[in-house]
Amino acid sequence: MVKASQQEYEELIKGIWRDNPVFAQVLGMCPMLAVTNSAINAIAMGGATFFVLVGSSFLVAAFKSWIPKQVRISCFIIIIATFVTVADYTLLALIPGVHKELGAFIPLIVANCLILGRQEAFASKSTIRLALLDAIGMAAGFMLALLMLGAVREILGDGALFGIKLFGTQFEPWVIMILPPGGFLTLGLLLLLFNWLAVKRRKFLDEVIKAERGQS
Amino acid sequence: MKAKNIIEPGRESQTVVSASRIILTLAIAGLISGVAIVGIYEATFDTIAENRARELRDAVFTVLPGIDSMREMVYREGQLVEGKAAIEEPSVYAGYDSSGEFKGYAIPARGPGFQDTIVLLYGYRMDTGRIVGMQVLESRETPGLGDKIFKDPEFVAEFNSLEVQPGIVLVKGGSRAGNEVDAITGATISSRAVVRIINQANEKWLSKLTLQHPIRSNGKGEK
Amino acid sequence: MQKHDPQLLLQHSPILRHDKTTPGVMLDVLLALSPVTIASIWLFGLSAIVVLAACISGAALTEYFFTPTSKRRRILLDGSGLTTGLLLGLTLPPALPAWMAFLGGVVAIGLGKIIWGGLGSNLFNPALVGRAFLLATFPNAMTTWVEPAGSFWNLPSSTLSLPFTLDELDAVSGATPLGLMKFEQQGTPFLELFLGNTAGSLGETSGLLLILGAAYLLLRGDMDWRIPVGILLTAMLFSGALSLVDPTVYPTPLFSVFSGGLLLGALFMATDPVTSPSTPTGAWLFAIGIGVLVILIRVFGGLPEGVMYAILLMNAASPLIERFTQPRVFGYDREDSS
Repeated sequence: MVKASQQEYEELIKGIWRDNPVFAQVLGMCPMLAVTNSAINAIAMGGATFFVLVGSSFLVAAFKSWIPKQVRISCFIIIIATFVTVADYTLLALIPGVHKELGAFIPLIVANCLILGRQEAFASKSTIRLALLDAIGMAAGFMLALLMLGAVREILGDGALFGIKLFGTQFEPWVIMILPPGGFLTLGLLLLLFNWLAVKRRKFLDEVIKAERGQS
Repeated sequence: MKAKNIIEPGRESQTVVSASRIILTLAIAGLISGVAIVGIYEATFDTIAENRARELRDAVFTVLPGIDSMREMVYREGQLVEGKAAIEEPSVYAGYDSSGEFKGYAIPARGPGFQDTIVLLYGYRMDTGRIVGMQVLESRETPGLGDKIFKDPEFVAEFNSLEVQPGIVLVKGGSRAGNEVDAITGATISSRAVVRIINQANEKWLSKLTLQHPIRSNGKGEK
Repeated sequence: MQKHDPQLLLQHSPILRHDKTTPGVMLDVLLALSPVTIASIWLFGLSAIVVLAACISGAALTEYFFTPTSKRRRILLDGSGLTTGLLLGLTLPPALPAWMAFLGGVVAIGLGKIIWGGLGSNLFNPALVGRAFLLATFPNAMTTWVEPAGSFWNLPSSTLSLPFTLDELDAVSGATPLGLMKFEQQGTPFLELFLGNTAGSLGETSGLLLILGAAYLLLRGDMDWRIPVGILLTAMLFSGALSLVDPTVYPTPLFSVFSGGLLLGALFMATDPVTSPSTPTGAWLFAIGIGVLVILIRVFGGLPEGVMYAILLMNAASPLIERFTQPRVFGYDREDSS
């Protein structure tokens, strides 16, 4: 086992915070808004995306030198679509209830620009090892974002988390949260929060640099 | 190695790739993908079919209380016969109790709701001329209001013993007569849609339904 | 000749200096709303005070927290947050839990105004944004109406529900005149509508007092008369035509104008200078659009009331209307032949 280098660690971790596909790159908005009305749906969607992204990144990185550049996009799409179909049927067989709620959004993972984007921008230009680390980091970041949105919407919209009621029967659900506008609202407010945190962090770093300069 | 971990695949250099190479690559990719898809389809086929059948069975058993087995009946050439319905072919389910006596029909129906098509299944007893149960199978009615057509136990219970002649009527402020259904407050349109869907299905089906002979427990029905 | 930039939407000169200030206009609006407010307290008692106070405090607190410290004094004193809170409160059902009303005030100012850049930059009427949010979020509580109680000490238990909960809504719930019309084809006598002794939201019940308030605003010159006149005329003509077709199904023009929130919306919300077109032609177009939409939604839509959505939709269209109705710049040709 090779010890993880600094770069490998970076590739793994960047997708979760700094380059988070949702909060930093604002990619994959379609499933993000459509299926996050409960935490279970978010996990299922995140899991399917994880499987597709990691699987196709591995194959693309492994076969990158065999694929002629003229048809690389077609090949990526074939690989991605195969994984999506596998995920679709597996979910349908294992958890039909969740599959019914996700509906058309499982096949639509093919069109998630996050996945094709990672193949074109990263996996097709790097080693298998790095491509896998990158895919795992990105997919985990995506799943985390889905889960955050799903949890907020389910708690407010249904008074529950993972289907378990958190409050008493008197709880009045915020219906808008499980409807599409709730997705837009929650996503907008979370983006606001993350940008605010980023600005705060930058200000703090600037001040630290200033202070250090002043000392020296 | 540390300087450059990202490998440049030959694509930036101006190498000419022959057309046959491109076609071959795509063909191989397509072939492998096809094999994988057929593989997963075969592997999951039985489970998926089983899930669907169980879902339907559960629904039929809910709307026809007291039954023990069921058979699918299709309307073909002017009469109701046992058999599997082809796509778009009208069909109902006949339910039998544990001694094989015929109890009633579970009738699937669909129609426009407030948001989208509502698909439901209801049980109908021929001997009493009453609807004995109703279950919404698919709907996208507004959460909190329209979805009470399946979440509100009182509304669902309105269909546990409901006369169908001379047609079901939606009323407000408590149902009294045998053919009246009390509308849900705040979801009048969805309640009305359910009643309308059932009335339409009744019009289509009631004249075609015939009493079924009892089956003796020889495992003929889908158990 | 230099080509004028079509991207830049500016009112042409002459621009006059005027003594009117934002706090002055807002004070006028508050004064104009006071008869309706007092009437709502008279009709619905303590619960009206609680709901209105919750809305106003939600609006004011949000305004306070999301305004830079240096501007706080000026912005809080201009009274626009107070007006938004009061207007929102007047559109709510009397038995609404106070915490929901508070949340509505927060959303009205937060999502309706602050997020667009503050007073003058918002596309939609903030009070209606708050109401739209509440209606989509709590459809049950927002569509439960009570008859006027007639006693000042009336305070339904649902008004004081703890945050995030909803006590059993009052059993003596009444249907609004519009609800009766839509679902039971049952009219309400005109006099009742005009004086306001019907079920409905706090400020929409009395047509008479709303008109009094608006007349004051008109006299003070704070209101573009074209908008309310246009809306009410269009609504009357359209529903009049419909009721000629079939008077048993479609309501009469007078019913259409005096029921529901049409007067409140037409007189006090559609006339918001920030979210309506400033050109005279634009104001007419805007008003006709609202009038048609209101009747369309009420008669053919799934909802009994459509004033809120009609105004919000036309708010969205008003920048476009403004662009198409720019007056010809003096000294330029009719055709833009530069």
